[in-house]
Amino acid sequence: MDVFFKHKDIYGFAVLAIIIVILPVFVESKYYFIVLNVIGLNTIVVVGLNLLIGFAGQISLGHAAFYGLGSYFSGILTVNYGFPLWPAMLVGMLATGIIAYLIGYPSLRLRGHYLVMATLGFGIIVNILMGELEHFTGGHDGLIGIPQLAIGGLTFDNDLKNFYLIWGFVFLSMLAARNLINSRVGRALRAVHGSETAANSLGINTADYKVKVFVLSAMFASISGSLYAHYITFISPSSYDFYYSIQVVTMVIVGGMGSLWGSLFGAGVLTFISEALHVAKQYHVIAYGVFLCLVLVFLPEGILVGFYNFFLRRKARKLIKRDEHLNIL
Amino acid sequence: MDFTQQIAQYIITGLTIGAIYAIVAMGFNIIHNATGIVNFAQCEFISLGGMFMYSLVVLFKVNLVISFFISMVGVALIGALIEIGPIRHARSKEIIILIFLTIGLSEIIRGAAQEVWGTDNVGVPSFSGENPIHLLGGATIVPQHIWVVGITVLVMLMLRYFFKNTLMGKAMRATAVDRRAAALAGICVNRMILLSFAFSGALGAVAGMIIAPISTTSYDTGIMLGLKGFAAAILGGYGNFVGAILGGILLGILESLGAGLISSQYKDAIAFFVLLLVLFLKPTGIMGYGESERV
Repeated sequence: MDVFFKHKDIYGFAVLAIIIVILPVFVESKYYFIVLNVIGLNTIVVVGLNLLIGFAGQISLGHAAFYGLGSYFSGILTVNYGFPLWPAMLVGMLATGIIAYLIGYPSLRLRGHYLVMATLGFGIIVNILMGELEHFTGGHDGLIGIPQLAIGGLTFDNDLKNFYLIWGFVFLSMLAARNLINSRVGRALRAVHGSETAANSLGINTADYKVKVFVLSAMFASISGSLYAHYITFISPSSYDFYYSIQVVTMVIVGGMGSLWGSLFGAGVLTFISEALHVAKQYHVIAYGVFLCLVLVFLPEGILVGFYNFFLRRKARKLIKRDEHLNIL
Repeated sequence: MDFTQQIAQYIITGLTIGAIYAIVAMGFNIIHNATGIVNFAQCEFISLGGMFMYSLVVLFKVNLVISFFISMVGVALIGALIEIGPIRHARSKEIIILIFLTIGLSEIIRGAAQEVWGTDNVGVPSFSGENPIHLLGGATIVPQHIWVVGITVLVMLMLRYFFKNTLMGKAMRATAVDRRAAALAGICVNRMILLSFAFSGALGAVAGMIIAPISTTSYDTGIMLGLKGFAAAILGGYGNFVGAILGGILLGILESLGAGLISSQYKDAIAFFVLLLVLFLKPTGIMGYGESERV
């Protein structure tokens, strides 16, 4: 048991699990279920993307494409080819991983921000293909009639069941990310982020780790995309455009780069804001932009971590003040 | 129209659009050299140029030449404001943060532009009529194409003169090579960075204005043009000025030929496919000189 409780954040996971289990009791309308489920789907993407941005220090502007690949693999395989549901999801995940490897391998061997360009180009190409390969994807009208997921006799056919399914995946993906961060790989990645040269000289194959974490983050996005396709049962190219890539990047930054709980926070706050702004859709873009800029200028470590650090500093100052009369300082 | 005529037509169209990419790529390069960041707000400079031009010429009936210069200065000022404000005051100077910041800024500008001008595509009158000119090969050309290429050449010559022959241009180049050494030599580095943002604002505006009569303009035309200009910069070798011109023209022609001979639906995909190929095969670009080592 001692090993199990070695890291404090395990309490965080316990609280998260309890919240996931009891939250639906307080949610009454279908609308809020949908919002919560979308938050969950975004969280999975953001957790993965945060591993890349926060730990490998690399930018991806093409995560909409990986999210979309998951959706379209699941959708096309099950609708057009009658694939069973879970294997289709697995195939989507693996295929997305391989594609990410093919993009990541050449562009991450180089120093500098080559990945941002490669993912940007890739994202736009995938989005165009989704619209143009009508025979497979249904074109701009989208793909309809994607079956809902099922385990044995249990079909995830309403918002509540999907809530548990999606948030179960959120929980697992966060746990996986946490274990990765606290492992040898995580420490290596942090070293890479701190100083690539120093990490290299310690014998860490920096390029290799960066490619691995990129592939992993693409697979997270793919799983989330598959879940989305089976939940909404309809997909179209407009859900996977350049703008979605920027949205998830914004969520990572607002939550805090390299912060696991920040990913949940960022996805939650920004998804909620987009939904709240749904009436005035044109303000979406501005709101995201303002949010992104304010956080980047004033709290570059993210809102959650930024405030946490702020209180830590205040507490430290108070302690110093309290002990001033002791003349030990 | 026979095949060679068709090809000639595609190449002329490609040259025109390639000139635009070259100007945009130049804007990306100037900021990259001064600061090391990728300035995604470049895309918005293009849209703003087009929309300022539209507002002045069509809505306020201002003289074309005057509008051109007002728009250019206006967008240059916006570029400068971006630097004076958020970029300079960002708590963290990490490259990754500043790149994200330019993405955020471009969202704000695009959102604001949408509020001001709406989402409709609008036209801007050509600089000198619409009568097509027939060329030797049988291809036709609209005068605006000549304006685009002519202004691009002029801009490039002026930039070349500025960077090679003026003290300020040399100071900017020195800053690009080594910021600390430049500061030690008495160059006000912050002012050079400010200037580079103003320059790329002006360049973006020019690109947006000269293409507007051909392809119409809207609050978000800049995104595709800008991202393709970015692809052109990579193709030429990121940070390299001659590369920007070559990359722009090459990308324009490839895209135009691809759209004409393969499929126009994949027009946008072709440019980014070229980008991916370059990144995988020769990431330093045509004229690159080890830029990939920049940390």
